[in-house]
Amino acid sequence: MFQEYDVIVVGAGHAGCEAAASAANLGSKVLLITMNMQTIAQMSCNPAMGGIAKGQIVREIDALGGYSGIVTDKSLLQFRMLNRSKGPAMWSPRAQSDRMLFAITWREMLEQTPNVDFYQDMVKSIIIENECACGVVTGLGHSIRSKAVVVTSGTFLNGIIHIGEKQFGGGRVAEKAATGITEQLIEYGFESDRLKTGTPPRVDGRSLDYTKMEEQSGDEEITGFSYLDIPKIAPNMQRSCFITYTNSTVHDILKTGFDRSPMFSGRIDGVGPRYCPSIEDKINRFSDRDRHQIFVEPEGFNTVEIYVNGFSTSLPEEVQIQALRKIDGFENAKIFRPGYAIEYDYFPPTQLKHSLETKLVKNLFFAGQVNGTTGYEEAACQGLMAGINAHQAVKNLEPLILKRSEAYIGVLIDDLISKGTDEPYRMFTSRAEYRTLLRQDNADLRLTEKSYELGLASEERMQQVAEKKEAVKKISALLKEIYIQPNEIADYLTSINSAQLSEKYKASKILLRPDVDIISLFNAVPVLKEKTKDYSKEELEQAEIQIKYERYIEKENELVQKLSGLEELIIPDNFNYDKINSLSNEALQKFKKIKPRTLGQAGRISGVNPSDVQILMVYMGR
Amino acid sequence: MRGKFSGWDDTIAALATPQGVGAIGVIRVSGAGSFTMVNALFPSKNLMEQASHTLHVGLLKQGAVVLDEVVLALFKGPRSYTGEDVIEISCHGSNYIQEQILQALVQQGARIAKPGEFTQRAFLNGKLDLAQAEAVADLIASNTEASKKTSIQQMRGGFSHALKDIRDQLLSFSALIELELDFSQEDVEFADRTQFFALLKEAQQKVGALLSSFALGNVIKNGVQVAIIGKPNAGKSTLLNTLLNEERAIVSDIAGTTRDTIEETLNINGILFRLVDTAGIREHTNDIIEGFGVERSLEKMRSADIVLYLFDVQTNTDADLQEITAMLQQEQIRYILVGNKADGDAGMYASKYTSAENIIYISARNKQNIATLTQALYSTTVQDATIGEQTIITNARHVAALEKIQDAITEIMQGMEQGLSGDLLSLDIKTCLHYLGEITGEITNEDQLDYIFSKFCIGK
Repeated sequence: MFQEYDVIVVGAGHAGCEAAASAANLGSKVLLITMNMQTIAQMSCNPAMGGIAKGQIVREIDALGGYSGIVTDKSLLQFRMLNRSKGPAMWSPRAQSDRMLFAITWREMLEQTPNVDFYQDMVKSIIIENECACGVVTGLGHSIRSKAVVVTSGTFLNGIIHIGEKQFGGGRVAEKAATGITEQLIEYGFESDRLKTGTPPRVDGRSLDYTKMEEQSGDEEITGFSYLDIPKIAPNMQRSCFITYTNSTVHDILKTGFDRSPMFSGRIDGVGPRYCPSIEDKINRFSDRDRHQIFVEPEGFNTVEIYVNGFSTSLPEEVQIQALRKIDGFENAKIFRPGYAIEYDYFPPTQLKHSLETKLVKNLFFAGQVNGTTGYEEAACQGLMAGINAHQAVKNLEPLILKRSEAYIGVLIDDLISKGTDEPYRMFTSRAEYRTLLRQDNADLRLTEKSYELGLASEERMQQVAEKKEAVKKISALLKEIYIQPNEIADYLTSINSAQLSEKYKASKILLRPDVDIISLFNAVPVLKEKTKDYSKEELEQAEIQIKYERYIEKENELVQKLSGLEELIIPDNFNYDKINSLSNEALQKFKKIKPRTLGQAGRISGVNPSDVQILMVYMGR
Repeated sequence: MRGKFSGWDDTIAALATPQGVGAIGVIRVSGAGSFTMVNALFPSKNLMEQASHTLHVGLLKQGAVVLDEVVLALFKGPRSYTGEDVIEISCHGSNYIQEQILQALVQQGARIAKPGEFTQRAFLNGKLDLAQAEAVADLIASNTEASKKTSIQQMRGGFSHALKDIRDQLLSFSALIELELDFSQEDVEFADRTQFFALLKEAQQKVGALLSSFALGNVIKNGVQVAIIGKPNAGKSTLLNTLLNEERAIVSDIAGTTRDTIEETLNINGILFRLVDTAGIREHTNDIIEGFGVERSLEKMRSADIVLYLFDVQTNTDADLQEITAMLQQEQIRYILVGNKADGDAGMYASKYTSAENIIYISARNKQNIATLTQALYSTTVQDATIGEQTIITNARHVAALEKIQDAITEIMQGMEQGLSGDLLSLDIKTCLHYLGEITGEITNEDQLDYIFSKFCIGK
């Protein structure tokens, strides 16, 4: 009934979709298996993509030839560039998406991708022969052969949903949980554990009073996520979000449900994220705060459904609705779906290699929440990498491994496999030691060429990157060459309250002033404007960033150079740590389990002291 | 895989107490074979069956020959100094006996340890961190009480404790900066810049205090250079002898008897003073400055921590003194003025030398008022610092790191004054944390996030 595939992808969420797309675009024959063809690429939680650090990831996915950026641009409800007032490393694109449009667009793009087949069924086990994954067995009893398998099971493995004292199996509310894979892999020798996450109630937008809330609208200009020119909605078409707050009455009502809360009664074993707590958790842990922010997000253009961000809860439904109605603007709120908590299986990611292949089973890859992460962007980028590396493995090619100095994706994967995680892992810019280098404006310059060399990023993308590089070079040269006389920009400097020039200055030097920006400078000096009229705004901004922040970029580059020593000291695969009785016990256990690839990675493993790394270095003869 | 330290797996032995005759001496044996080897020399008990951390008295014998009556202290690894099986043999303090015991151990298969090898093993076995290992090295090399006190305090982690405050300050500072960056969209209150400034200021002051303790720490470790300067025949050699209570320098009434620089050490309240009696500064002229042999004397004075300027109260004028003190002050040299040959009433001299204060009047020959002088030397050195309680830095590596921390803090503060965004400030913050990490272990981004999540309600 089934042909033999190169890659089978289990699950069609953000990770699974990216995995299927990247493997297929590289030339692998791919089968995407999902339990429900109607729920491909669901936004199970809030209808938003990007944000701080996450937006940078989506840009990286796009630069590498993934689809998430394109899909987001095609399904925008609202776009904002966050952190504009901070340095360029902090600028972070964020979008509100039309949830249904997002999912439909993903499915369309996948259907239009050659080499992707679809099948609706539940995978209940992986076929493992000679320590190598070579297919799956489904709930309907089919054995489907392949050369590699990518598991992206999200919250579905043995998922249990909690609402108050009710508890039932499920991968999302009203969707069945998946069983079999965890049990099989534990039997095989894998470690598995439980995590918890939650989601707030959805309400009827027609029942809300927005006049009591604070409006937050989109940017006047939509720059979007993809480096390709994707048609986007007109800025004036954007939908707004609204901000309101809980109050002490809300808190008091919520507290009446605490005795029936699965969180506090111990019915939930899984660990939830500290940065995405339920409302009951917030009240409990930060009892001194008399209000918490509620962020009201529209779910789409063609629906009145509203996502109540900040009100994630697993309290009984009647407590949820009673408390909700005490929030300003929610007095008459009607609930569409209650909030709930969900517990699911994950496999601690220290069992993976940098390629996301498992250490135990060859050609078996994990991506997304099954690795203990949270977030669409985190899942999508792992899916992309797992898809690429599954293809590479099938073709006996070297895996694509991104360094911490090259991409947030590199930071994420290295963190996961070196440190593991015991709460759902989310990306923060502070996790990246080279934040200034990993900007949203240069993901294409950092990554597209790598992907193009593999055969994933298109000719069109590569061409565009080459042009951008060339343009930036020319603009920078021009700025470093042209002198500006004091009288030429006297008016401009006055208008921004900046000191006048005492003599002629190079244009690049004037650009170093924090309050001077390239567009206004060019507008003020006609000769500059004339000479750069053929360059795009993106190219001008790129040149501006590179000149303005040169000192910081250089500083960080030097740091990369300095620390690259340890990153290049490879620890042999068969290195016998047991021979070193001088290692601390914890370090010994961690080294044996994680098998760090380099001394640099060894040093990042939690519980490993600098002295352990020094000892390793001594033993390796350094 | 074998590291660069050859003989990693073998058993080493060495005398752990100073060489020479004393009441007792301790021989330390460390390594996997230490128990078998010593057991073979200790017929009265089977050491293999004894518990760790126990003492055993008995005869150490090689065949029928009794080597010594000893006390054995047993430490089973990893609960020992080196982390390996260790036996410390307390024997009688005779070179001959100790040599015999070591020979017997070598015959059993032990190897004589190289200098520092026990500490090296302790470090490699994770029993000491780098700062502690360095402190042990300092301790071994220390030869005064104060020096030993600082080393012991560092070895017990006192130094790390002082740094913990700085670490906490910088951690909360950096976490608050990160909060502004990663969680700018959250409904949390961000610290204002004055609060940041206050946090940094505090850290800066603490680093500064530690840094300034280095001068004192260095003094404790290496001793204080004291140059005794004065015109020919002011009594420099006599003073040196008096201070040392020994007839080290040749003393005569003929000017210029001292031919070479003589250096002697003097221990005052646990601090080591290196006294240098400068010869060769006598020139064929009576002009004071010229008489100093300007260049050489100045060089001596500059390299000294303290200059004792000695003058003859019988012949020196106030003007002479004024000229000298002006020069010392201009060169920013710490000095003590000592009027010698002051056998009579001190008040008489005080009225003669009105240009300077705090002159100590002594008679080197008659050993008068010498205690006042040594006290002055001591207090000039330590000023108000209390040795033993204060954390003192003696390690040049730590100073280098602390200086870099201080530089980075200064840069952060400058950046803040220019209104730099947090992500750019964080580059200098990282530098700062990196150097702090060289001493205390790293501050990771996990530490920062833990701080944020524990203090702020994050997550919509």
